[in-house]
Amino acid sequence: MTNSIREIPLSEAFLIIGSNTTENHPVIGAMIKKAVIRDGKRLVVADPRRIELARYADVFLQIRPGTNIALLNGLMHVILREGLHDAEYVNTRCEGFAELERVLQKYTPEHVAGICGLTDPEQIVTAARLLAAAKPMAVYYCMGITQFKSGVNGVKSVSNIQMLLGNIGVPGGGVNPLRGQSNVQGACDMGGLPNVFTAYQPVTNPEARQKFEQAWGVNGLPDKPGLTIVESMNAAITGQVRALYVLGENPVLSDPNQHHVIEALEKLDCLVVQDITLTETAQYADVVLPGYAFLEKEGTVSNTERRVQLMHRVVQPAGDAREDWWIIQAVANRLGANWNYAGAEAIFEEIRRVTPSYAGLTYARIDQELLQWPCPTPGHPGTQFLHKDRFARGLGQLAAIDYTPPAEEVDPEYPLALTTGRLLEHFHTGTMSRNSRILNEIVSEAYVEIHPVDAQNLEIADGEIVSVSTRRGSIRLKAKIKPEIKPGVVFIPFHFAEACANVLTIDALDPLCKIPEFKVCACKMEKVYPLGGER
Amino acid sequence: MPSIKITLNGREVECRRGQTILDVAKAQGVRIPTLCYHPQVSRTGACRICLVRVNNTMFKTACTEPVADGMKIVTADPEITAMRRGILEFLLAEGDHNCLYCEANGGCELQALCHEHGLDTPPPAGLPRNARTRDVSSSEGLRREENRCVLCGRCVKACGEIQMNRVWDFAGRGSHAHLTTGVTDVLGESDCVQCGQCVQLCPTGALSFQTVLGRGQAWELTRQSSICIYCGVGCKIDFFTNRDGLLVKAEGALDGPNEGHLCVKGRFGFDFVQSPKRLTQPLVRKDGELVPATWDEALDRVAGAFGRIKADHGPDAVMAFTSAKCTNEENYILQKFMRAVIGTNNVDHCARL
Repeated sequence: MTNSIREIPLSEAFLIIGSNTTENHPVIGAMIKKAVIRDGKRLVVADPRRIELARYADVFLQIRPGTNIALLNGLMHVILREGLHDAEYVNTRCEGFAELERVLQKYTPEHVAGICGLTDPEQIVTAARLLAAAKPMAVYYCMGITQFKSGVNGVKSVSNIQMLLGNIGVPGGGVNPLRGQSNVQGACDMGGLPNVFTAYQPVTNPEARQKFEQAWGVNGLPDKPGLTIVESMNAAITGQVRALYVLGENPVLSDPNQHHVIEALEKLDCLVVQDITLTETAQYADVVLPGYAFLEKEGTVSNTERRVQLMHRVVQPAGDAREDWWIIQAVANRLGANWNYAGAEAIFEEIRRVTPSYAGLTYARIDQELLQWPCPTPGHPGTQFLHKDRFARGLGQLAAIDYTPPAEEVDPEYPLALTTGRLLEHFHTGTMSRNSRILNEIVSEAYVEIHPVDAQNLEIADGEIVSVSTRRGSIRLKAKIKPEIKPGVVFIPFHFAEACANVLTIDALDPLCKIPEFKVCACKMEKVYPLGGER
Repeated sequence: MPSIKITLNGREVECRRGQTILDVAKAQGVRIPTLCYHPQVSRTGACRICLVRVNNTMFKTACTEPVADGMKIVTADPEITAMRRGILEFLLAEGDHNCLYCEANGGCELQALCHEHGLDTPPPAGLPRNARTRDVSSSEGLRREENRCVLCGRCVKACGEIQMNRVWDFAGRGSHAHLTTGVTDVLGESDCVQCGQCVQLCPTGALSFQTVLGRGQAWELTRQSSICIYCGVGCKIDFFTNRDGLLVKAEGALDGPNEGHLCVKGRFGFDFVQSPKRLTQPLVRKDGELVPATWDEALDRVAGAFGRIKADHGPDAVMAFTSAKCTNEENYILQKFMRAVIGTNNVDHCARL
């Protein structure tokens, strides 16, 4: 997030796009509800499902999955046509306006409504006026923007509208991606990515490599960016990647196109899985190493608003499990390293030395103060919102972006659009939430959401077992008839190993950041007849 | 806000217009007992425990009454104490407040007030009893015990002002007054999303978390804070363990980004940590089966295989997935291992998944 959670009351309006906030980030969802219901702040929601926030929205745009960019372009078209943009902000703080304006010309509300499957183009005009009139306006988005082969462009489009309206670098505004994992922000900050060291220092930059070579006492750090997760699965199948170390992840359930993932894992010479339970992925491992669960360990995590917080040990570790850093250190030392970290804090001290945005943070400060990176020096108060007065790169880059259709569009054979996501009660691959008694009692089985009209056409009753298939695979699960979903679209939560949504999803990737297109592919749904039963 | 002067227990103090008597007393370090008041929700003034004497002429509830210039306030004297005792006696009489079998024991605000006000016998016979049915309804995560309810309304406000779900409300009048949920009165059938904020704010044992029942009373639990493991909001949570070290309860911490609030996952999604499904020792594959091994055996096998593959096929034949569920320190160490020890940038995690 460019801005902070505690700024929600400062926003005059919200655009929620591609985020089912009250289910997936419920505490932030409740804060936004409060601002809208109690304080009368304005709300525009865009989603293929009539999510809870849509109930309170001034305008709800029920768009087809994969059409965000068209919609955002449509909103910007209206904003420019009616002269509602912040011309001074655009002129003094941004570049690339002329190209953007040119691209936006064809995105009339009528054209966009056609792409997005909206019956009333006027909705786009109303929404654009409302978002432009309220200042500051904050955009909150999630994987419903990013998990497309046009994911990077989706994010750029969100930034475009916020720059046009002068909403970046101001409290209560901003471009606010809601991070879906407790420390996905920190894992990125720490260089858990194939192209960067900590704090996004590129591995291709000789100075950065030299800095880390000195800090780590090694020579010849690799200068070629590595593979992303989905690329590495392909590389495993071709034999290019032969050993894989998996720390606390469950790619068999979380990655697209499950059959492909399993084929890759089976081809590896050595698979090591370090986790807290024997996950679906661990079952393919050559070695399984038991790590600590979160309440057994000490360490820091960084949340969606860049706030770094300290975790404490609450319970005694399970059996002979070990701290995750200890395990990695033990492997490293067997391969010639000579590491002697005394504990998490000692590692953090090293992180501070090589990570400019974390340099001012210490365990003692984090435990007492609210600190958000960048926090470059010991006395620095941290940064509540980014891009104040000037963008990190200087001028804000407006990007001229055209809508492109998803990798796989519906056709007569696969006539429904499949989208996937999470439920309020469960999380990711269920390793944690499905092993928590109460959460599992509340929701214990997989289902597919389908609109009543589609259900009627397919002669499917609520609660009936159906088969959902794509070009990649097929699963069976219960149908749940929900008027909240857009006709022609079905939704499957991906938490359930026994009806794994990622058997179905497509591994088409964004060309730049390699994010898979989880949020849309073409599928078909069929009634399941009992064996030997009558049709 | 313009500054004004009031007299608090004979002492002149400065305060701001718009503050309540309770706000000023708190700022001055003067304790006024409260029950329905909670700093996270709007003022109610229902229980009357915070009655104070104003200008020697009237009694006002300190939690709702705004201060005025020249106001003289007395927060405790024998008459006020007697009135507070009377209120407590009525509350005790109308419900079923037996600390022996209540999990709130030691954390109950009604219990603490009775103790503070010297109530040492059961309430006098003949006081009205509230006409409630027992335990109207519960849900997977929340347990409701209507006869411990003091009708303070904190749950109503927790739901309506923090979670913004407005599931709870009052129904009935007089001795028939009770709480209701949704339209059916059955908590488990309402729109409740089981965020548990109502339980967290309940001053008695009228609402409890199912996780704590029979596993420890409030007085014997140990508290330690950590950060939620689920989404990226990073809610700070106070976790409670019982005398056996078992996790029994989670409460939102006020100084986290969540400002005291939690969702159903943060509230109830912790018992996987102590699940029998946890791995407790390393496993290595032998003859196709994963079998228990010592740490040395397992680590040697990992290092052996990785060293061999690196030597035979180069460092780029090795890949690591680091974890968005692990700490900064663990992520840092794994990427350092891959870059500095193996010699490849093949490290990624599920940021995109």
